[in-house]
Amino acid sequence: MSFVDANTHVRGESLYLDDLPVVTGTLYACVYSSPVAHGRIRSLDYTAALTMPGVVRVLTAADITGENQIGGIVPDEPLLATDTVDFWGMPIALVIAESDETARAAVHAIQAEIEPLPVITDPREACAQGHLIVPPRTFRLGDAEAAFGACDFVIEGRADSGGQEHLYLETHGAYAIPLENGHIKLYSSTQGPTAVQRTVARVLGVPMHQIEVDVTRLGGGFGGKEDQANSWAALVSLATHRLRRPVKYVLHRMEDLRMSGKRHPYSSDFRIGLTKDLKIQAYQVTFYQNAGASADLSPAVMERTLFHANNTYFIPNLTATAYSCRTNLPSNTAFRGFGGPQAMFVIESAIAKAAEALGVATTDIQRANLLQEGDEFHYGQRAEGCEALHCWTDAEERFDLAQLRQEADDFNAHNALNKKGIAMMPICFGISFTKKWMNQASALVHIYTDGSVGVSTGAVEMGQGVNMKMMQVAAQCLSVGLERIRLETTNTTRIANTSPSAASATSDLNGKALQLACQTLTERLIAVARIKLGVKENQTVQLQDEQIWVDGQPGGLTWPQLIQEAYQQRVNLSEHAHYATPDIHFDTTTEKGHPFAYHVYGTAIVGVTLNCLRGTYVFDYVKVSHDFGKSMNTLVDRGQAEGAIVQGIGWMTLEDLQYNAAGKLLSNALSTYKIPDIYAVPQEIDVHFLDTPGSDYAIMRSKAVGEPPLMYGIGAYFALRNAIRAFVPDAELSFSAPLTPEKVLLALYPAFNPTLVPQTAGKASA
Amino acid sequence: MIRFLLNDRLIETQEPSGQVLLDFIRYSRHLTGTKTGCREGDCGACTVLVGDWHEGRLRYQSMTSCLMPLGNAHGKHIVTVEGLNLPNTLSPVQQAMVEEGGSQCGFCTVGFIVSLTGYALSTKPATYQNGITAIDGNICRCTGYKSIERAVARICRELAERPADQAMDWLVSHRFLPPYFAQIPERLLALQAQLPVEPAEHLNGHVPVPVGGGTDLFVQRPEVMRQTAIQHLFGKPALNSIHLADDLVHIGASCTADDLLHAPLLSQLFPRLPDYLKLVSSTPIRNMGTVGGNLINASPIGDLSIWLLALDAQVVLRTGTERRTLPLRKLYRGYKTLDKAPEEVLESIMFKAPGASAKFHFEKVSKRTHLDIASVNTAMLLETSGGIITLAHVSAGGVAPVPLYLSLTSAFLVGKALTADTIRKANEVAQTEITPISDVRGAAMYKRLLFRQLFYAHFLTLFTNQPDLHQLV
Repeated sequence: MSFVDANTHVRGESLYLDDLPVVTGTLYACVYSSPVAHGRIRSLDYTAALTMPGVVRVLTAADITGENQIGGIVPDEPLLATDTVDFWGMPIALVIAESDETARAAVHAIQAEIEPLPVITDPREACAQGHLIVPPRTFRLGDAEAAFGACDFVIEGRADSGGQEHLYLETHGAYAIPLENGHIKLYSSTQGPTAVQRTVARVLGVPMHQIEVDVTRLGGGFGGKEDQANSWAALVSLATHRLRRPVKYVLHRMEDLRMSGKRHPYSSDFRIGLTKDLKIQAYQVTFYQNAGASADLSPAVMERTLFHANNTYFIPNLTATAYSCRTNLPSNTAFRGFGGPQAMFVIESAIAKAAEALGVATTDIQRANLLQEGDEFHYGQRAEGCEALHCWTDAEERFDLAQLRQEADDFNAHNALNKKGIAMMPICFGISFTKKWMNQASALVHIYTDGSVGVSTGAVEMGQGVNMKMMQVAAQCLSVGLERIRLETTNTTRIANTSPSAASATSDLNGKALQLACQTLTERLIAVARIKLGVKENQTVQLQDEQIWVDGQPGGLTWPQLIQEAYQQRVNLSEHAHYATPDIHFDTTTEKGHPFAYHVYGTAIVGVTLNCLRGTYVFDYVKVSHDFGKSMNTLVDRGQAEGAIVQGIGWMTLEDLQYNAAGKLLSNALSTYKIPDIYAVPQEIDVHFLDTPGSDYAIMRSKAVGEPPLMYGIGAYFALRNAIRAFVPDAELSFSAPLTPEKVLLALYPAFNPTLVPQTAGKASA
Repeated sequence: MIRFLLNDRLIETQEPSGQVLLDFIRYSRHLTGTKTGCREGDCGACTVLVGDWHEGRLRYQSMTSCLMPLGNAHGKHIVTVEGLNLPNTLSPVQQAMVEEGGSQCGFCTVGFIVSLTGYALSTKPATYQNGITAIDGNICRCTGYKSIERAVARICRELAERPADQAMDWLVSHRFLPPYFAQIPERLLALQAQLPVEPAEHLNGHVPVPVGGGTDLFVQRPEVMRQTAIQHLFGKPALNSIHLADDLVHIGASCTADDLLHAPLLSQLFPRLPDYLKLVSSTPIRNMGTVGGNLINASPIGDLSIWLLALDAQVVLRTGTERRTLPLRKLYRGYKTLDKAPEEVLESIMFKAPGASAKFHFEKVSKRTHLDIASVNTAMLLETSGGIITLAHVSAGGVAPVPLYLSLTSAFLVGKALTADTIRKANEVAQTEITPISDVRGAAMYKRLLFRQLFYAHFLTLFTNQPDLHQLV
């Protein structure tokens, strides 16, 4: 079953924000942003910009009619800078002009005098100076400190993981159109229409009902358009509010890269204690999260880091502490995995370091500590429906790990310049928003009199196939063909108070709400049929395959006839339903509870071939046994898994976000920030759909799939590391991702020292 | 006046010839299927097909419209996705992408559809590898490419029956293309017959800026170029020839990287050329970027500059009817500083055809192996006789402010025996010649190490039974 949107995608007929027909009188906006990472604004001169032909207005913080504040969790993020600038690219002013070209040209005519302040880009330094976004948090199980004393081996180390740019192919953008009575209709490329609505209302100082947000689809989100879409929406709305003209802003790629937040870099310290039989008895970890200049979603990301500190292992004594550190980088934000991958990288580093110290295979430690049914997580929940071991053994057997290892060993024995490396990467990822109140959704279903169906939910389609899944839910519940159903845009006037499309939970939450709506409608329609057909009370009536069945026989009422009848009986053919995930809770005072509806498990085997002459590498395969539950759409789910794996490998290998000491982003374009191209992906990705029961909390027992497979990418790091060790067995390798060709080559030739090259060699020889 | 066919419509426009085609398509013609992804030719979301006569047949090449000046469309057939759509049905290319799940968010999808239809239109054999090559300039952030690979395999099967030549009718009857394509050859001939030689230029008294494919200039300063008078050199027949005369290989300045790839003369002289060029950018950019542009842009890591420096090439600069010849290595005076007057135009490049005993090799490593700019690239031409090196030219990029000819290293090698010791010592000489700096493409120390490795790689690749790596490091 293919994607509902694919037919218009391949014809170029799908509408993205910049494709919407432009309303007459539309003006164009462009941000003037800070040219330094930290400083005090002494003066701002935009007179030259204002005098340029076609420039309508330059807006600054002084023009904000409501609050100059867009911070969602912590009110620490001004929409436009006032006294200080806190990162390179922080918006200071907004130019409004008759054309996009003029707006951009006018930005170059603006000048700010900024007194430099010290720049901090390192989270440890920020922490040492007390620059924290929120107070640190610690999750605990058992007594790690005491348990280390009883361990046979204790290994310590440090692990660093870099940031990651979302690189949704469609950049951020927003388009505001004024309606009567001060209302604004706002098109936004956002994963969170309600967050946009709330933020705009706050900035403009108007009630939320004045702002209608409409989203057709996104050209990719990956978390980057969860809270970060708010600023552009608020800026164009502010201009529309002040000028009563339509205003549009679609960011150029370099503006987007410079001004928007990314995946959080982390620096972490670990200490792991094992017994002789390789059981992890104690684990202590401290995470320093690089939050950037403001909170954005950082506290929530930090929380999920703490939740996933153990990855998929049972560790009886665990202490995990996290600091969210304020630095002078753009405010880092949600990115597929939401802090989970960063935590898993640390525990996998700890296990790898322990294995090296003990002279055992990493897989022996991984295997010996996998979660089992009923094991307690450090946050109080117990593993239910645990598939950790099932996934691991299935991967081992199905893909013949022993044979893969043998092949790699043989290859390495016969090749001096190329080496192969293999790693296993088991995962466990919790599904739910960790903020309990966000685990709700609603759906609105209209059945029109011709039997066609319009479905609205709070879900935003961004390539994850949620529209297709919603259509399947509606089609199945109403027992009608897919062609009768249309997925409407996501609009705050039809579905209010939405949670963002995030946390892998969009299909579960919105799908469950949609099921409820469809069930109610079906019950009503069956009642209509009973009356119309004069069915006796002891007879069963069902709606199936677009007709009514009485006691298993066709009842002579087709779907269109049934709908007509219902309409004429004046029965409500619309239904709005609301769903809230039951049974989840979490107490932040004890840091214990039951935060997740369920967990998703899986295991990947990753193989790489390393060119030890050049430091370049090719991933041979990623072979996965994954717990999809009862997948409701294997095409969508396979696509999510493959895409996430490649994105995870990108994060671990070539995606190299570089800021200089002054806080300026150096990898600020697609020519310098490289995501995987078609030649860079593993030659083989084999995703096996493991036969697992799924979960009652998953839509149609089809488990959430957006985020978990990304973490298989971590296996790429360790496979590559193993290949390096095959070339330099005694290499002292740090744990520092991404493992770029640069880091690889330097690791392969630790003795290289250019200062030892005789400086007179050239003269002597010439 | 710029005139061209856009899908099935004739376009006549007075818009600036330095405006990029993407903006014209999207914002003047409201054809929004073509997407804006990066505006620097690095994502392929804006890919269009450009049709023109080439060696007696209508050839379509994929190009990124974000870097293509509108003036370069003059006299061509430009095809966007809207020009590929059939009423009420999908083409086999579109169908394959739908059925294999090759489209998720859809934003990059159109670029893939256009590139893959270009592949269907080409005369290359419909192999899987050729299909993948056709989309090597298209970036997708959602799928991980596997579903797209499966779609390519399916399209290959659909193309199995395509005739080797004159395939247009077959493609139309098999719904790869809408019916209007059948009339395009005739319409394009008629259009070109009426064209002025050049699109009218808005000179305003300025010396027009010579522009080839635009793949560097329109990354660096699109706003300026929009306002600039342009002398369009792209595809000019006088600058487009690759031939041998008096033992010298002549390459016209507006030859593209793709032209190099398909020149029989060069394939004969450089059997590994396809491997080298695969490392140079991507298919659409190789269809646009010119040799002249690469040299004049003077980027310290210009792949073709490095390639030509090791061939000890000469450049021919023309002012009016005056010509002068200059060794390429003397063209570069400092960072982006050339021994060239503004009114001088690079006309052609010449180098001595390497002899039968000569060995040539090119190496490049970048963060991402393909469609990326080198951290370090290097080329070497070597001749040996009886185990003694008789001629050596070594070049390297990314290690100096200019594309660097390593004169000391080259001189050092000549007359030496080809041994591990010589190679090691030559590297020591080279390390005194190079002056890499730390930047986004790598730290200085990494570039020094990488240069050494790639320098050794020349020898390890060219002389397979000669020293092994462990004798060198």
